Amino acid sequence: MDEELLSRLKARQLRLSMSCASAFLIALLALPLLNYWLPDAMATRIGGFPLTWLVLGVLFFPYVWLIAWVFIRKSMALEAAEVREVQQARHRETPRP
Amino acid sequence: MIAIVDPYILVCSAFTVVATVFMGFWAARRSKSAADFFVAGRGVSVGWNASAISGEYLSAASFMGVAAMVMSSGYDALWYPVCYACGYLFLLLFIAGPLRRFGAYTIPDFAEGRYDSPLFRKIAVIFVLFIGCFYTMPQMKGAGTTLAYIFPGLPYWAGVVLVGSVITLNVALGGMKGITLVQAFQYWAKMFAISVPVFVLMAAYGGYGYQFKTKPSAPLPEKAPAESTWMNPFGPLTTKAAKAAKPTIVYTGELKSLREDWGLQWKGGQMGMQMPSVSFTTTSQEKPAMSILNEFIHAQLTSRPFSVLGASVQVDYSPRIEEMSVAQQGSTFSSMQAYTESLLVGLQRAGITVIQEGNHYTAFPTKDGTLKPINAKPYALLYTYSLIIALVCGTAGLPHILVRFYTNPDGVAAKRTTMWVMILIGVFYVFPPVLGVLGRNLIPSLYAGAGVSGTDGLVLKLPTILQERFGILGSILSGITCAGAFAAFMSTFSGLLVSMTGALAHDVYGRILRPQSTARERMQMFKWCTVAIGAVSIFLGTLVENFEINFMVGQAFAIAAASYFPLLFMSVWWRGMTMKGAATGMLSGGLLAMAAISLTSWTTFFSAQAAKFKSLGRTEPDWFSALKPYSLADFWSDHPLLRILCEQPAIWAVPLAILLMVLVSKRTARDIPSDIRMKMLVLHAPEELGLKQEYIREHEGH
Repeated sequence: MDEELLSRLKARQLRLSMSCASAFLIALLALPLLNYWLPDAMATRIGGFPLTWLVLGVLFFPYVWLIAWVFIRKSMALEAAEVREVQQARHRETPRP
Repeated sequence: MIAIVDPYILVCSAFTVVATVFMGFWAARRSKSAADFFVAGRGVSVGWNASAISGEYLSAASFMGVAAMVMSSGYDALWYPVCYACGYLFLLLFIAGPLRRFGAYTIPDFAEGRYDSPLFRKIAVIFVLFIGCFYTMPQMKGAGTTLAYIFPGLPYWAGVVLVGSVITLNVALGGMKGITLVQAFQYWAKMFAISVPVFVLMAAYGGYGYQFKTKPSAPLPEKAPAESTWMNPFGPLTTKAAKAAKPTIVYTGELKSLREDWGLQWKGGQMGMQMPSVSFTTTSQEKPAMSILNEFIHAQLTSRPFSVLGASVQVDYSPRIEEMSVAQQGSTFSSMQAYTESLLVGLQRAGITVIQEGNHYTAFPTKDGTLKPINAKPYALLYTYSLIIALVCGTAGLPHILVRFYTNPDGVAAKRTTMWVMILIGVFYVFPPVLGVLGRNLIPSLYAGAGVSGTDGLVLKLPTILQERFGILGSILSGITCAGAFAAFMSTFSGLLVSMTGALAHDVYGRILRPQSTARERMQMFKWCTVAIGAVSIFLGTLVENFEINFMVGQAFAIAAASYFPLLFMSVWWRGMTMKGAATGMLSGGLLAMAAISLTSWTTFFSAQAAKFKSLGRTEPDWFSALKPYSLADFWSDHPLLRILCEQPAIWAVPLAILLMVLVSKRTARDIPSDIRMKMLVLHAPEELGLKQEYIREHEGH
């Protein structure tokens, strides 16, 4: 396997991980800021819950599961594509009988 | 009152212990090879492995600590369960796959394999032990608390010793194969034990949402946070440091009046004074304290250098009692404190407000100034972010969790396992906060108590309120939560023992001390190491009676976040890392975080001890009084920002560790392992390509 392939491989994986991580981090890190700047809106009651409690204590979990699920699907697809690619390359390199 | 042991609670708890021990012994007979012993032979199915990881992960902090903290602090404490659960996402995204592909039994294996450095392995081993110790302490606290609840009157330390010994023995005889089975069982035991009481309690007393609308059943004790504080996203936990800070004085009067009233002379706008010793008489009637202070200040001004902060006079007051001869209208004061109190009252009547903090006094005319506490919100925001970073990154760096990824048959299974772990622990973490909310409404009396009769005993105690209405059901449910608590600290402590013992037996003994030892000798050593580490953990556990379970776990996470997380993250994704860079970053981040945390724990220890002596009506022992000036309490009240940065160091320690790794690696770039290309391929290329085998062949060829 050549250098170019390695860096491409790593870059693709990192891009996938990073985009999933940012979906997670934006939500997680925005919540304290929303609490800071919009305390009244975040204290709105929904079914008894203050909004911010509902988001953090209940809704956050399914959101994270969704991200994890998307990541696992995509990363498995990515690996399959990588395997195909490498095998094709090897195939081309092998001299025909 | 003679304490009575509730038979239901005892039976349920005993069942958990016996089942755990039995499974351990049963599995011990089936585990044969050394590989079996250390990592359970790598052939554990996704379902089992996910349950086992979750079982190991859900510790006393999750089972007892989270609910307790939600009850005592409210919204702030929600960050703990959420980040405990979500930290796994980080593990999945960045670390689980590559680490698994690289293939190694332990983190030290990875550290050595990635950098070809036996030295680095030793450093990593020491860190496994450090973080493990920090993490065992809260588990022991959970054990001591639970036993004190089951056997009322049993001293805390006895519970720690008893539970610690049982688990240690179990691990020494069972090994990890037993653990996988036991951990998986314990996950489901914990899930059952936390969810069933929640559903029953909600059916009897109203649902989760409803509980936010109702008021507590009894008036809240004085120690309890008010409704608005408790619901506030920046509540007691995150604002603690700022609330303890010294208030600033906003001076509204004119500087002129200050000068005239107090008879001060300006010298270039800077004023103030030292009061090394004082000797004067004061009564508010005959001679106003104001004028006494005037005279005193005059006298001081003529002889001493001084400085003024803003418009308030800072009086640095370092009393030496032997020099004091204080009299009030002929009577001598019995102590320095009595004198001070009298003086403060006198000054207050005379219109001078004096704030006392330790030996430090600030005085200003009451009519001209107001005390303004510092704005706690920005500090709380900082605290929150630092906490989030610690918990999210720390999960990825916990040694006893990472080792589990090697028990998956392949990388896809490792990822599936992580997905299931996230679901299993996510579902679990919805419940403890519910108990916290119910606890606030249903048994507010816990706010007033300490130890097991305080909020840390909430999960165990809450179901007993059902006794009033449903009789025996309350006892049974309380027995179930006790069983769950047992499962919680037993499973996590077992997991920690295995990973710490693994480090000692597999690394220190098997590789450093006696590399030529046989597999049989290593197995033998594993058992002795378990006993040794168990003993150390029990000892440490007896020291932490006064610390909150959840808080201690958070600290262990912060240290892991500042050491292992940067190591793993950077080693996996950056090919330019060198051993020196990795070691420098990991050690600096981890050790500095640990030092910072220890500083604040030191202060907490002192204030908890002082409160204990006071509640027992005992005088403080000499060693305590001698060390008290060094408790740093005054320092933290002067510097709330530093306090937050020390209590929650992740926000600076994680970036610092990464920065050091980059800088040192750049400087030592020629030390990059020569086969780095192959290593990165093994870390990142799909396993189906079989690069790992190629790599091993290449190495053997040399």
